Amino acid sequence: MSLDKATVARIARLARISLPDEDLAPMADELSGILKWIEQLNEVDTAGVEPMTSVVGHPLHHRDDVVTDGGCREDILGNATETADGYFVVPKVIE
Amino acid sequence: MSGTIQGATGTWEMVIGLEVHAQITSNSKLFSGASTAFGAEPNTQVGLVDAAMPGMLPVINKVCVEQAVRTGLGLKAQINLRSVFDRKNYFYPDLPQGYQISQFLQPVVGAGTVVLDMDDGRTREIGITRLHLEQDAGKSVHDLSPDRTYVDLNRSGIALMEIVSEPDLRSSEEAGAYLRKLRSILRYLGTCDGNMEQGSMRADVNVSVRRPGADYGTRCEIKNVNSVRFVQQAIEYEAQRQVDILEEGGVIAQQTRLFDSRKGETRSMRSKEEAHDYRYFPDPDLLPLEFTQAWVDEIASSLPELPDDRKARFVGELGLSPYDAGVLVAEKEVAEFFEEAARDRDAKAVANWIMGDLFGALNKSGLDIARSPISAAHLGALVDLIADDTISGRIAKDVFDEMMKTGRPPAEIVDQRGLRQVTDSGAIEAIVDAVMESNPDKVAEYRGGKDRLFGFFVGQVMKQSQGKANPKIVNDLLQQKLSG
Repeated sequence: MSLDKATVARIARLARISLPDEDLAPMADELSGILKWIEQLNEVDTAGVEPMTSVVGHPLHHRDDVVTDGGCREDILGNATETADGYFVVPKVIE
Repeated sequence: MSGTIQGATGTWEMVIGLEVHAQITSNSKLFSGASTAFGAEPNTQVGLVDAAMPGMLPVINKVCVEQAVRTGLGLKAQINLRSVFDRKNYFYPDLPQGYQISQFLQPVVGAGTVVLDMDDGRTREIGITRLHLEQDAGKSVHDLSPDRTYVDLNRSGIALMEIVSEPDLRSSEEAGAYLRKLRSILRYLGTCDGNMEQGSMRADVNVSVRRPGADYGTRCEIKNVNSVRFVQQAIEYEAQRQVDILEEGGVIAQQTRLFDSRKGETRSMRSKEEAHDYRYFPDPDLLPLEFTQAWVDEIASSLPELPDDRKARFVGELGLSPYDAGVLVAEKEVAEFFEEAARDRDAKAVANWIMGDLFGALNKSGLDIARSPISAAHLGALVDLIADDTISGRIAKDVFDEMMKTGRPPAEIVDQRGLRQVTDSGAIEAIVDAVMESNPDKVAEYRGGKDRLFGFFVGQVMKQSQGKANPKIVNDLLQQKLSG
């Protein structure tokens, strides 16, 4: 499977990555190369092999349902470019 | 209204499926220890995980998982002992991670059923496709500034259950009944407060139309509708819109739309169109969610009696009609009130008082059953007073009004106002005689064949006795004396 320039442009837009037109073709080549390796892996017969989800051999950790966090608005808003009345403030995003 | 639309070219049928987002009742969030309490100051219930600070890792809240399993059991659904969290990728200012942690291919709960009780007594089984766990997003506030959006992340990371129905619903009424039933089940289970005004239950509504029996048409999804009434309005509008397009020879474009509750119409949300490509993939920060059947069994053994079972019991053991039982079990609080009031009494009589007079009076004063001035014990006592002939049914209505106003026990009101029914036939006979004596012309007319006057005499005797005469004795005595 190989990717064309239009698909690469679409993926870039969905990921909010700005990609100049002249970079589309080289990027398409690189990504197609990666996909080719994946396809090569698909040639291995994995019938009867349990899919591996993690290399760590322990179960998912969980927490008790108690409030242990929050109440740190200063820290939360600390890096924001704009705030007001305890809110993050961003350009208008409504239709 | 049925689910069919009569168009110029023939009949169309609505096909509806709902995705309900129900906020899980828990103290802290799905993957962080920040509080879930409603109504706090903006951004005060946000941990570094919820704000997606670099390097923060999610740790799952076990109670949220338990609540999802409990809900799955309440929906008689398949529980998956192994499920997987995925990232659903999209960009929006109230989603700091740039993705929502959700479950895509392997949800925690699989297929189940919800049984609807329709107003005409029919029941309908609606399939549940799945239930999965996911994080809520933050809240964008658009009306604090003309050119800026304000973002509050307090809701960010709160646990949601997305409950997806099969496209089994065929009318807006069925969709409304489904939402009410689902809310009732969630409240019985204690897994979601079902409070649509505060946003703890929201629905995405999928609507399409087709010729009866034909294949499904192209659907449109109406996002984030937050009341039962709006869901029904949105469905009616959207189905008619699609029929209008099809009848003019057009085609339906698959779209995400939003419902404008002020105008009562749906319109396209252009910004959402390309966001449909969510590029799901397994979240590398989270191992698969696994638990044992023994744990599920333990949760199952602690389930409360659910609305359908309670309804069956009310019909089977207490002799209520399926309709009455359905009304009484819908709200857990009402069902409990009824059970207390009806204990060791005539259940039908108690049900009639609750569904008629009590609901009417509460509705008029804008109260719910939890704030009823009349307690269950007092309502039961009132039914006792009628059953043992202390007061007549008519006087009971006055006593009820007084109880509603003052919250006092009925026996006290009856004694204080001297409302005890007169069952002494001597006393009633005296009144009957007096009434006949002062209306000799009417007596003559009655005896001359004007039967309809009987009601006049009953009315007069009751009036003289201030409503307290036992109606049966009054009837018997009048029959006897007038014919004599």
